Amino acid sequence: MTHLHLAVALDGAGWHPGAWRDPLARPAELFGARYWADLAAEAERGFLDFLTFEDALAVQSSRWEGPDGRTDQVRGRLDAVLVAARLAAVTSAIGLVPTTSTTHTEPFHVAIGIASLDHATSGRAGWRPQVSGKAADALHFGRRTLPVFAPEEYGTGAVAEVVAGLFGEAADAVEAVRRLWDSWEDDAIIRDTDTGRYVDRAKLHYIDFEGRHFSVRGPSITPRPPQGQPLITALAHDVVPYEFAARSADVVYVTPHSVADAHTIVGAVREAERTVGRTGAPLRVFADLVVFLGPAAADRKDALDELDGAPYTSDALVFTGTADDLADLLSSWQETGIEGFRLRPGALPRDLHHITRDLVPALQARGAFRGAYAEDVLRTRLGLARPANRYAPAP
Amino acid sequence: MGRQIHLAAHFPGVNNTTVWADPASGSQIDFASFAHLARTAERGKFDFFFLAEGLRLREMKGRIHDLDVMGRPESLTVLAALAGVTTHLGLAATVNSTFNEPYELARRLATLDHLSDGRAAWNVVTSWDAFTGENFRRGGYLAEADRYNRAREMLQTARELWDSWDDGAILADRESGRFVAADQGAFRHAGPQFDISGVFGTPRPPQGHPVIIQAGDSEEGREFAASDADVIFSRHSVLEEARAFFKDVKSRLAKYGRRPDDLKILPAVTAVVADTDAEAVEEAARIRRAQVSAPTALAFVEGVWGRDLSGYDADGPLPDLDPDPGEGVSRGRAQFRGDRAAVARRWRELSEARGGLTIRELVIEATGRQTFVGAPGTVAEQMDDYVQTRGSDGFILVPHLTPTGLDAFVDRVVPLLQERGSLRADYTGATLRDHLGLSGPRRPSVREKDA
Repeated sequence: MTHLHLAVALDGAGWHPGAWRDPLARPAELFGARYWADLAAEAERGFLDFLTFEDALAVQSSRWEGPDGRTDQVRGRLDAVLVAARLAAVTSAIGLVPTTSTTHTEPFHVAIGIASLDHATSGRAGWRPQVSGKAADALHFGRRTLPVFAPEEYGTGAVAEVVAGLFGEAADAVEAVRRLWDSWEDDAIIRDTDTGRYVDRAKLHYIDFEGRHFSVRGPSITPRPPQGQPLITALAHDVVPYEFAARSADVVYVTPHSVADAHTIVGAVREAERTVGRTGAPLRVFADLVVFLGPAAADRKDALDELDGAPYTSDALVFTGTADDLADLLSSWQETGIEGFRLRPGALPRDLHHITRDLVPALQARGAFRGAYAEDVLRTRLGLARPANRYAPAP
Repeated sequence: MGRQIHLAAHFPGVNNTTVWADPASGSQIDFASFAHLARTAERGKFDFFFLAEGLRLREMKGRIHDLDVMGRPESLTVLAALAGVTTHLGLAATVNSTFNEPYELARRLATLDHLSDGRAAWNVVTSWDAFTGENFRRGGYLAEADRYNRAREMLQTARELWDSWDDGAILADRESGRFVAADQGAFRHAGPQFDISGVFGTPRPPQGHPVIIQAGDSEEGREFAASDADVIFSRHSVLEEARAFFKDVKSRLAKYGRRPDDLKILPAVTAVVADTDAEAVEEAARIRRAQVSAPTALAFVEGVWGRDLSGYDADGPLPDLDPDPGEGVSRGRAQFRGDRAAVARRWRELSEARGGLTIRELVIEATGRQTFVGAPGTVAEQMDDYVQTRGSDGFILVPHLTPTGLDAFVDRVVPLLQERGSLRADYTGATLRDHLGLSGPRRPSVREKDA
């Protein structure tokens, strides 16, 4: 069995809305640095590829349309880029991949934030650009209005047009950010004492990005990050977002619910790559899974369901079972062309511990996972070359 | 015990104060540089570490200015990382109020405060120019007159968002099944700059409101500081001017219902420390010449004259032409604002009075702000006198070297200030508000529950 990649998605007390009530949860600490530092240290002990950090410019809700006023679930979160940055100096190998909005956040701010995270981690930064389609979130900014729609209407009529527009804007945001990362050539800082020049201005570039929603002149204020281009990842469930990922990302997270499903989705991703004319390395396809692990996993989930008042469901498959069962499942999905997995722990820190202490050894025993970190930078870990700078003259 | 001195450290970056050509000058971008300076400041029991910002690379005569340090990371991101390698040091970010939106900015500042257990500060700066705006969705739409209006409303709105959650709203009570108190985060703000409503997504930060810093010396800036800031970053480092500024600004607080001690005045200063006073004077002169190279001197004069002066020799006399009163040739830096002709006249007089200073000598003279130069004992005594005689509440130290520029000060001057009883021997509180001796956040904004 070939090696697979393993990432973990961190969000609050875990992905189950009742996870904070798990006896091992640390719900009073969700807004403090120690909680996140402990999770990251645990993930590094398991040699995981990277961590992702969820975010939204809104409070969590059980309703798509907007806030629900519930007080029995985790509410409130911290800015994901800053949480990742807080972990930069207290981790040494794991990749750190925060989420930001492409709908409301300035591409210039994102570009310098992720570049700075890459500098602070010596090349371990990634980014998950995310579309924000909710009308309620747009009111937090007051710059634009979005129509109120339900997820079921996603592919229909006028809503489909709005969604396509948001993904088009997201692609523009990624393009502007990527150009800003390249706007300094790697050797732009020359410190030439003879001429008194600190930089060679010929190696700094205006990016002059013009899109439908914004334009950005450049150059960046931050020198090119160590990876050149930090790793860009995107979650996708359908053709439009597959095509966005194919245009813009290095890694796509998909949500198959079976082996057959995984086959179909991998095919759809490859089709999207052809449609947009992707060149360079193919998308690395990761499957997302919500996981409750351990001998009593199903009982634990049931107990949280009961406390929360409803059975938990997700866009991704919800797995309950032992680490060995999960290792079997990952192996069978891997055969469809899935190269990695992003596991969403049902409850934190408990399910993360099961991942690092049970699943990882089970995979290692099958020769399917690393026993030490080998690569310095995140892109290399994913088998991606350091990209040439688009503005630099060819060597 | 006398008045206590508050100290802050400025990370030397984009400007012509950094002597990047010095063999001891390290990286301006590696995290290790930031960590070194922050740890040094914390060793010296400083109140906070300060990062400046600039959202567009500076230009001179339409081309990127290449003589000074340029390139820096995003402030809040670096400060969040520094929160992991420090335990008490305040972390102050300069963030522009023009090219940010209140919901996002308030949550990022609240996040830094949470992740540092109450050590965040925001230096509110304003901008209006289309030059910087070209990097942002909003572009350069803001009229100059509106920049403080937007800054005030930005701060007011941020306070409303921070106050939209109660202290202690996170219950995390397994018994009752309540994670959070009811009705948290609701806000509605309708004003000339922002018309926004909804639910704020981040719990109230540990300090209530991060510490607010204001920099700038205009009449509007002084009023803004008196009404709204906790710290003012002043430019007055000459004692007599500093005392006048101190008196003026402190006297403005009462009308906002504040005590003089609610606003700390911290001028940006430099300190050059050597074994003897004479050696320090010599070292200070060396630093000034290194900061002002011939091309840098010429570029500076071009900025004031508003003209291309490439034909002039930096080691020759000042230009005999009159300044161009128009737009000028430099962009993206603190631009020359005022009567160019008057400055040119003053400089010519100064040059003549000193027996014909060259362009470079004149710039060294006119832009010098080296404040404390001497043996450790001399520097400690001068600083202490400055604060005891109400020139300021303390200082923001601007070193000329990255990242070791504060090592000598912290190793040699700090212990003497501590001996004098003017600087804390150790931190006595946990938050930046504690270090600065500030009470909790002022004037909680009115919370609109029915938004």
